[in-house]
Amino acid sequence: MDINTVRGLLTLVLLILFLGIVVWAFSGRRKKDFDEAAQLPLEENKDGNEEQNKHEGRS
Amino acid sequence: MDKKTTYNETVVRQFAIMTVVWGVVGMGVGVLIAAQLIWPALNFEVPWLSYGRLRPLHTNAVIFAFGGSALFATSYWVVQRTCQTPLFLPKLASFTFWGWQTVIVLAAITLPLGITQGKEYAELEWPIAVIIAVVWVAYAVVFFGTIAKRKVKHIYVANWFYGAFILTVAVLHIVNNLAIPVGLTQSYPIYSGAVDAMVQWWYGHNAVGFFLTAGFLGMMYYFVPKQANRPIYSYRLSIVHFWALISIYMWAGPHHLHYTALPEWAQSLGMVFSLVLLAPSWGGMINGIMTLSGAWHKLRTDPILKFLIVSLSFYGMATFEGPMMSIKTVNALSHYTDWTIGHVHAGALGWVAFITFGAIYALIPKLYGKQEMHSVKAIELHFWISTIGVVLYIASMWIAGVMQGLMWRAVNEDGTLTYTFIESLVATYPYYMVRLLGGLLFFAGMLLMAWNVWMTTRPARETVTARAAAQEA
Repeated sequence: MDINTVRGLLTLVLLILFLGIVVWAFSGRRKKDFDEAAQLPLEENKDGNEEQNKHEGRS
Repeated sequence: MDKKTTYNETVVRQFAIMTVVWGVVGMGVGVLIAAQLIWPALNFEVPWLSYGRLRPLHTNAVIFAFGGSALFATSYWVVQRTCQTPLFLPKLASFTFWGWQTVIVLAAITLPLGITQGKEYAELEWPIAVIIAVVWVAYAVVFFGTIAKRKVKHIYVANWFYGAFILTVAVLHIVNNLAIPVGLTQSYPIYSGAVDAMVQWWYGHNAVGFFLTAGFLGMMYYFVPKQANRPIYSYRLSIVHFWALISIYMWAGPHHLHYTALPEWAQSLGMVFSLVLLAPSWGGMINGIMTLSGAWHKLRTDPILKFLIVSLSFYGMATFEGPMMSIKTVNALSHYTDWTIGHVHAGALGWVAFITFGAIYALIPKLYGKQEMHSVKAIELHFWISTIGVVLYIASMWIAGVMQGLMWRAVNEDGTLTYTFIESLVATYPYYMVRLLGGLLFFAGMLLMAWNVWMTTRPARETVTARAAAQEA
């Protein structure tokens, strides 16, 4: 097989891979997981450090 | 999670403070060398203060000391919060702090002495490069170790970006620094000729792509949602953004070597990949800005949010400009002119420094148990003077660059050059003045921030008195 055919096929494979990632990311099955993950930065108020700092009067 | 987790914040505090310190130093040197380009006498005939030695000091200080410390601080903060677990091996994290600061101090000593590998953004000689590699591996162990012991199911997208930044910078740094030492302060790269140039710009552009982009996008994906108090606009888009960005950036480096001895096909490849990069870059920008959709009013009152969102606008501008400049015909005009300097600073000041300011202003009060910064009005003022500073800087460099490019390529009917180089230099002076003014404003904003951080973090008087009273009793 000509090297250029391989190069063309590789481009095709990468294109399909990219489209695969898009389909996977936007599939309905992933919605719940992604919604959970998206909340992670907003959940930190549950931890104790900010309280702890106030008590210690950090300097 | 019911049980309260105690996060490791000492190392975050250390890096956050040093971000501000190195910001003042790095930008101060930047202002000095901008002035030297107008008044060369400002090198005072001292070799250590000459432009050629201070310029790498400036770039190393702002990228690796200021930007690097900000990335360490925020990544350690973000990975703990979003994995809901303390840092893996906190002592090793502490080692990364002292190791990184050692590297910076060594850079500040060796660069003015003229000890350099002569590779842009990889100037530091091999003993320092070895320390960097050790510190970086320690950083990777701490970061990925923390992800491995996470208490939550998902790895938040910010950590993907930070992770890609850490891994890639390790690979880039090691490959580009492979050299044969001949003594403690000198070495020769194992590559030569066009291969050396290609390795250097594969490194150089990915330093932009992964150090100055992926790392700070990690910052963006945490601090924008956090400050706006809403989840990211589209988590799905962030995944496509991540994979597209990291796979494409890797190949864009050759656009630094248009019309050189690099093979033609490699130049074209670099140009095409740079053009494609526009898509993921703008995807990320839109994702960040649209997080505010439905809550735009927050921009009016929150100067931290202003920094974060405006940083994304500059990111959008710089990542539009970049692909345009990588087109060979455009590059024929822009390359080696001050347009490149303008482009870099649209990204470095507008994007990297702005998102860092926003993140540090958000972090400092939390790290020191305060409600907010000492002066919110000072943040607002900082925002406006630095915005004016950036605009003056990049606008003057655009005009200067296009003018230089046009003057250099102008030919008379008999084929001789219309202008001498010195004529283009003389024509550039007014723009250098405007650039210096822009830089001064930006630096003034940085000083204002340092004052604000000092006032926020200094021990409260009441506490000191209370402590003294307790001791007396």
